[in-house]
Amino acid sequence: MPRLIRNRQIVTGDRWVFQDADASLPQGAVDLVLPLDQYAEQREQLRESHQGRLGLVVDGTVTDDEIAPLLDELALVAIDFPSFTDGRGYSLARQLRQIHGYRGELRAVGNVLRDQLAYMERVGFDSFLLEAGRDTADALKAFGEFSAYYQNAPLDQLPRLRRRQQMRAA
Amino acid sequence: MYLYDSHDRQLVDERVAQFRDQTRRYLAGELSEDEFRPLRLMNGLYIQRLAPMLRVSIPYGLLSSSQLRMLGHIARHYDHGYGHFTTRQNIQYNWPALEHVPDILADLAKVDMHAMQTSGNCIRNVTSDHLAGVAADEVEDPRPYCELIRQWATLHPEFSYLPRKFKIAVSGSQRDRAATQVHDIGLQLVRNAQGELGVEVLVGGGLGRTPVIGEVIREFLPVRHLLSYLEAILRVYNLHGRRDNKHKARIKILVRAMGAKEFGARVDREWTALRERPELTLADTDVSYMKGFFQAPDYAAGVETAPLDAALANDAAFARWFRRNTVEHRQPGYRAAFVSLKAPGVAPGDMTADQMDALADIAEGFSFGEIRVTHTQNLLLADVRVDELHALWKRLEAEGLGTPNVGTLTDMICCPGLAFCNLANAGSIDVAEDINREFDDLDYIHDLGDLRLNMSGCMNACGHHHVAHIGILGVDKKGAEFYQLTLGGSSANDAALGDRLGPAVPKSEVPGALRKLINTYVDLREGEEAFLDTYRRVGLEPFKERLYATAHS
Repeated sequence: MPRLIRNRQIVTGDRWVFQDADASLPQGAVDLVLPLDQYAEQREQLRESHQGRLGLVVDGTVTDDEIAPLLDELALVAIDFPSFTDGRGYSLARQLRQIHGYRGELRAVGNVLRDQLAYMERVGFDSFLLEAGRDTADALKAFGEFSAYYQNAPLDQLPRLRRRQQMRAA
Repeated sequence: MYLYDSHDRQLVDERVAQFRDQTRRYLAGELSEDEFRPLRLMNGLYIQRLAPMLRVSIPYGLLSSSQLRMLGHIARHYDHGYGHFTTRQNIQYNWPALEHVPDILADLAKVDMHAMQTSGNCIRNVTSDHLAGVAADEVEDPRPYCELIRQWATLHPEFSYLPRKFKIAVSGSQRDRAATQVHDIGLQLVRNAQGELGVEVLVGGGLGRTPVIGEVIREFLPVRHLLSYLEAILRVYNLHGRRDNKHKARIKILVRAMGAKEFGARVDREWTALRERPELTLADTDVSYMKGFFQAPDYAAGVETAPLDAALANDAAFARWFRRNTVEHRQPGYRAAFVSLKAPGVAPGDMTADQMDALADIAEGFSFGEIRVTHTQNLLLADVRVDELHALWKRLEAEGLGTPNVGTLTDMICCPGLAFCNLANAGSIDVAEDINREFDDLDYIHDLGDLRLNMSGCMNACGHHHVAHIGILGVDKKGAEFYQLTLGGSSANDAALGDRLGPAVPKSEVPGALRKLINTYVDLREGEEAFLDTYRRVGLEPFKERLYATAHS
């Protein structure tokens, strides 16, 4: 069963390749995702000769400042949740979207489960790689559970009272 | 009080439907125990020693009569006919069945209530001053700000998986009745020299295993920035708080490790990016809209005081209740009246369904249909005409709610203890009962004056023993229940952590030990001096000597 959800749709045939730690860089137009240390180490080479798109995978121990200088060249940032109860990734996602204006794909990976998807979407994730063995179709239901919120959507900047008026009218 | 609009109702209804589905999936084996745990906790549901425990949120302690009736209905239909009010102004039920919880939440939603974020590693119910809006020493009514914070924090997507629980308290008065110095964040409303309203922000206070008094990281935050600043604090905590050890995961540990100054600098850095965001900025209209919900009720003018004076002169029992259980009010002709939930023989904070129904009626008759929960596990009717106090007292007496002991030795704060709790090392409710039996002379207790006695059944300190004038902590000694005593704590403006007296005493000796401490105080007291003042003047030694003296002394 496909495990990837992007923009609330099940995706088959994801083009992103997550690079193994000690493998050599693949040739050709591959969309490649690298861990931060490896990316930093090979950044010059990647920028010069890599033909595909570039992505980064990090976990909640990384600060936004470490990623910020790279964001312009990244088409995907994957944030790893070692456990679904480890909430650091939510804050990192918001920092990337809100403070640093990152507009590329933001993907949740790791211990990603149905009951956290809506929260993840509200902080700015737009794609989700569900943990293996989970029911992806069932997980899609998570996005329809709420229509009312007390916080703005990730990219909205409506003043509080105006947002409420819109919500009430909806 | 705040009234839900269609949007608030929608959110609560959707939350009920979501939890109903989560419960169904758990019972069907689709969700594992570990996956379900944080979901049920964030809906107030614990699995306890004997049964699940459901904690229902009472935002900053405010209840309407219809809400209190619903709490009574839940106690009667889903529980054993009673509920337990907590130090965080909530209520908990000790005997609901897991499969009934979605129905309980649906019933609560009918009266605009919920159990969201009463447990779990998220922002908990915001607590405040039970005298908000009626206290004579108020700088600004904290309730509109509490509600703004409640909405900001409710289902906040970024802060629902924090390192640990997170508690915010707001005080709007000069006298701190909300224990702001022992909360993860304490907010004190203040005015600057120009008369503008701001917030003094404290972080890193807390009780539990490592009690800490909070530190000020910002002396004057303009109120318009309240939410953006809170968001910045929470973000720093969420990113940097420890997650490797749950006993070191509270914000106080982070603040201590970083130092309050460095912590404040990190908050400022995050805040710079957030402070002008429109959705986190409180416009004047946001505040005025919210203030509209907390207007003073329609007070009567020219209330006669003669009937009260006559009743006080003619009825000694009433006069005793009046002195202990009522406090002054900013509106002439009114007083605020405490409803003691500390009757002898009743677990502190417990109330039966029948009492809830009765008090809902009483509140409608005497106090504009509003009831408040205090953090000392009593209730309060905030707006009572002085010429109706005697009639109110008679009604309360008839329901067993008129015990004249508020603020005295027998007005104990007490956790559920070994009788209900998984974590407890020792009983607390039964010890409270023993203490009530030992000190059953009301006149004597009244002569002792203000005395805060708090008891916790383990070092997690739900009974706030650290900040009691006399604190009692249950410990386990090779399978036997022992109790450690502390003196001199306070959660008021002069906040302090109690000093340990010495070795713990066995359960049977707690009332006797307390008697010795009280006798020491009575001997050393100067005039009408309060216990805490005497203690601060004479120190630990005289108490220690008397308590641990060998039998011949």
